[in-house]
Amino acid sequence: MIETRVAFELVSPERLLLSESVDMVVVPGAEGDFGVLVRHAPLVSGVRPGVISVYNGGQVTERIFVAGGFAEVTPSRCTVLAEQAMPVAEIDRMAAEQQLKDAREDLADAKDDDERDAAARQIAVAEAMIQASAS
Amino acid sequence: MASLKDLRVRIASVKSTQKITSAMKMVAAAKLRRAQEQAEASRPYAERMERMLGSLAVSVAGQDGAPPLLKGSGKDDVHLIVVGTADRGLCGGFNSSIVRQARQMIHALGGQGKTVKLLCVGRKGRDQLRRDYGELIVDTIEDVAKPTVTFDKASAIAGRLTQMFQAGEFDVCTIIYAQFKSAITQIVTPQQLIPFAVPEEQKDAATGSGASAVYEYEPDEEEILAALLPRNIAVQIFKALLENNASEQGARMTAMDSATRNAGDMIDRLTLVYNRTRQAAITRELIEIISAKEAM
Repeated sequence: MIETRVAFELVSPERLLLSESVDMVVVPGAEGDFGVLVRHAPLVSGVRPGVISVYNGGQVTERIFVAGGFAEVTPSRCTVLAEQAMPVAEIDRMAAEQQLKDAREDLADAKDDDERDAAARQIAVAEAMIQASAS
Repeated sequence: MASLKDLRVRIASVKSTQKITSAMKMVAAAKLRRAQEQAEASRPYAERMERMLGSLAVSVAGQDGAPPLLKGSGKDDVHLIVVGTADRGLCGGFNSSIVRQARQMIHALGGQGKTVKLLCVGRKGRDQLRRDYGELIVDTIEDVAKPTVTFDKASAIAGRLTQMFQAGEFDVCTIIYAQFKSAITQIVTPQQLIPFAVPEEQKDAATGSGASAVYEYEPDEEEILAALLPRNIAVQIFKALLENNASEQGARMTAMDSATRNAGDMIDRLTLVYNRTRQAAITRELIEIISAKEAM
């Protein structure tokens, strides 16, 4: 039998969130979303803040928000190393908006490039989170 | 021979010590459960990260543009050893065995004519190393596990290491920590952080077949490596801190368990002596009374 499923793993520093074989995953890559099916070409990609969708039997079975990270794809498996990850359903809209507001203030207060970068990253994460919870 | 009162005092004091050690054991056991879960949960991430970086490192190996964090500063003169210990004692041989490993390393490196610097994570490591190697200690970081080990704390240490490396303050960085196996066994492990050490099996796979998957990169190799390398350091430190934390609690639990048992044995022994002495005193009094009566 030909293997038609891809082994997908999603790990964050705190825990292994997901490890199962799935039909397809769509990952928000640094240069655009990409779908991973079995026998995908080997790829290493950055991941931007966004939503990872897991497809089984033609339907989205799971949507997980990630705040950036890296993805490694080989013909048989797809591993996403996320900086932070949580199911979309668990996103706290209010908290995300508060975070966005705080980050904007940080950006305004930032004194050097490092602080500005950090604040800009925070804003991107918070915006992606709000967007994810709205869709 | 100790008087009855002395023995009573002695027994009472051993009993209160036993109460303390058994309470510490229970606290450690509760903390151990959490620490162990955390440590085990962090392993997959650190492993995957290392594997991913390993395959990247193999594919960029030998190229000129490889970042210094990967190929090193080109020298091997100054070694920085990060000694990860606990902030508190009373955990058996946990701190001492880590420090012993550190001493061995300092000695070996010193013998090769290298300069050694120390960064202590945890008060106990500093306390033990200060006497002999005080001038080598660059700094001490305390309270990493208080209230819990967080990724931010590990990141902060990693950021500091990266900065020091870029400023040319050291060439090679190694972290020493105790890998958690079980409450009874912890394995002191030195792990090289900078430059990145490719895991052996991946090295073999690369030289053996040469056909280990050729990856595509998005955006490009350099950018990914530049982001991944500092992150990997933070992840490996995070893992080390969590393992250390679990090991500490495990070691404390075992140590306090045997301390409680020893205290129990001691109480039994003392009680036996106490009873014998008491009976001897009663017998003596009886003899005195009887012989006094007979004399009359």
